[in-house]
Amino acid sequence: MIEKLKPEPAIQSSKDASKIIIEITGMHKWFGAFHVLKNINLKVSTGERIVICGPSGSGKSTLIRCINRLEEHQEGKIVVDDVELTGDLKNIEIIRSEVGIVFQQFNLFPHLTVLENCSLAPIWVRNMAKAEAEDLALKYLERVQIPEQAKKYPGQLSGGQQQRVAIARSLCMNPKIMLFDEPTSALDPEMIKEVLDVMVELAETGVTMLVVTHEMGFATAVADRVIFMDEGEIIEQKPPNEFFQNPEHDRTKLFLSQILAH
Amino acid sequence: MAEATETYKVGQHPDLPPPRSEVGVIGWVKYNLLSTPFNVIMTLLAIWFLWSIIPPIFEWAVLDSVWTAESRKACWAKMEVPEGAACWAFIKDRIGLFIYGFYPADLRWRVNLSFVLMVLAIVSVLYENMPGRKFGLWYAVAFPFITGWLLVGGLGLTHVDTDQFGGIMLTFIIGITGISFSLPIGILLALGRRSKLPVIRVLCVLIIEFIRGVPLIALLFIASTMLNYFLPPGTAFDLLLRVLIMVTVFSSAYIAEVIRGGLQGIPNGQYEAADSLGLTYTKAHLLIILPQALKISIPGIVNTFIGLYKDTTLVLIIGMLDPLGVGRASLADAVWAGLAREVYIFVAVFFFICCFSMSRYSLWLEKRLSTEN
Ligand SMILES: Nc1ncnc2c1ncn2[C@@H]1O[C@H](COP(=O)(O)OP(=O)(O)OP(=O)(O)O)[C@@H](O)[C@H]1O
Ligand SMILES: [Mg+2]
Repeated sequence: MIEKLKPEPAIQSSKDASKIIIEITGMHKWFGAFHVLKNINLKVSTGERIVICGPSGSGKSTLIRCINRLEEHQEGKIVVDDVELTGDLKNIEIIRSEVGIVFQQFNLFPHLTVLENCSLAPIWVRNMAKAEAEDLALKYLERVQIPEQAKKYPGQLSGGQQQRVAIARSLCMNPKIMLFDEPTSALDPEMIKEVLDVMVELAETGVTMLVVTHEMGFATAVADRVIFMDEGEIIEQKPPNEFFQNPEHDRTKLFLSQILAH
Repeated sequence: MAEATETYKVGQHPDLPPPRSEVGVIGWVKYNLLSTPFNVIMTLLAIWFLWSIIPPIFEWAVLDSVWTAESRKACWAKMEVPEGAACWAFIKDRIGLFIYGFYPADLRWRVNLSFVLMVLAIVSVLYENMPGRKFGLWYAVAFPFITGWLLVGGLGLTHVDTDQFGGIMLTFIIGITGISFSLPIGILLALGRRSKLPVIRVLCVLIIEFIRGVPLIALLFIASTMLNYFLPPGTAFDLLLRVLIMVTVFSSAYIAEVIRGGLQGIPNGQYEAADSLGLTYTKAHLLIILPQALKISIPGIVNTFIGLYKDTTLVLIIGMLDPLGVGRASLADAVWAGLAREVYIFVAVFFFICCFSMSRYSLWLEKRLSTEN
């Protein structure tokens, strides 16, 4: 099912020549005395789709949260869309408006309707007129297939619907990069597919995606590269077929045997 | 009830209404008042208690009470048993004082007009479905200044000294000023206390802790006596204005702590979601964080406001005549002396009506906001 949605090879080759949109060099991060990310080096080209996996506590969430500076790194360099992430608040706000993130816990705004959730940032960050922003929001709500829920509050929706609203909310900012932090982990099994379908469809549009997930079917279907992390380091990175068939490191093998066991 | 015993095919059972004994007045009485023998006894005791207390109070306050008389003696003469009933004639005789204090009688229309304007302002702030509410909110912002001018005068109106203010009018002035200014100041203090900038944080903590650590009466004494020492000589600073500042500052500190509690109830994910969309600190707080935090804080905020409103009576110890002060002053009048019960009950009922309305409004607001989710 997911397999047939795999993007055309033509798109694949066209982006080899495209420019680097995220460049992380020699990056370290500590939580207090705890060294959570160690010497991270990562280059992502425009339009690339990357799946990040690894055991719990390996620093996957922390890594992608560093990319829009929800977490601050202490050493090394992160350049997103030609802007280096430093303490400069203006830069951070610019980068955040270009980078969408979808959280495990959805984090919708419970006091606003679905439509208001989606149109809020276009209105207040992009200074769009209200009517225009609402049209845009409806367009993306249609894209995630829940335009009929626009007037409801998040608390009235199922988990799968909430997560799709969260995706639409990010898309309304027309981001160049989309980050996903275990978007399906908080969902009941029957809702995982509806969210994954939306993500697969999104992958076809050519937006750059970094997805932390253990959904290996998704990785096989859409990823250009799978990154395996353990204890704060990037252990291995490969295209999905190679990654699943010829893992190099013992730790990768162990991890794969564990997640494929069930 | 008969329907419930009917049989339906599996998978085709319709929704049936609940049995009659579960709903309506009879159901309510049965379940709430008569459910157990102990409950029956409590209900009977309560009925007996109400029966023995309400009729005498009603007779004292309404049936046997006297509404027109020239003095206490005349009042009591009209009763079957002297002192056996309320002499509201006293309150009626002093009602001008109770409402306006010593505001010049020929200028009282200005107070009345302010009162009408106040009702309009309160309605525009509190009642969301009013047509043209945006205009109403701007009016509410302008209201304190319009009223200030109306009451004090100047710019074409005869000047009235604020030491002539008193009674219910004074309570309204202090209460409403305190309430409407302490909310925004309290929000700023609460945000400041959570600021990442140490200077702002420490400053806000110091302000909040200092003010919470000092009794309001002490602050009022400072306002009435000491403040003049600190101000440059020659700057006459109106006493009412000083009191208004003190009361506002005092309740701001409490509001700040209530709101800080509300802010702590907002999950981190809300900040992260707001930040990740590129919203600035100010916009994230105005659009996402504060609406939710204030909603959680409504009970605490209203609690603080009710406390503030009642504390306005404390101004009587620095010589300002609020309704309680007016009442005590009136009792000193030999013609009426001895009618303390009437005075204090009148004042109590006035405060009760105000505070109870605030409490009901907050319950209504909570209920309305909770239907959103
Ligand atoms: N704010 C924080 N303060 C201190 N330690 C933290 C903080 N956030 C995360 N950590 C620690 O950093 C490590 C990496 O956390 P992270 O959330 O990035 O892991 P993860 O790979 O996403 O794991 P999971 O699969 O469980 O989500 C964990 O050991 C975690 O306990
Ligand atoms: Mg994680």
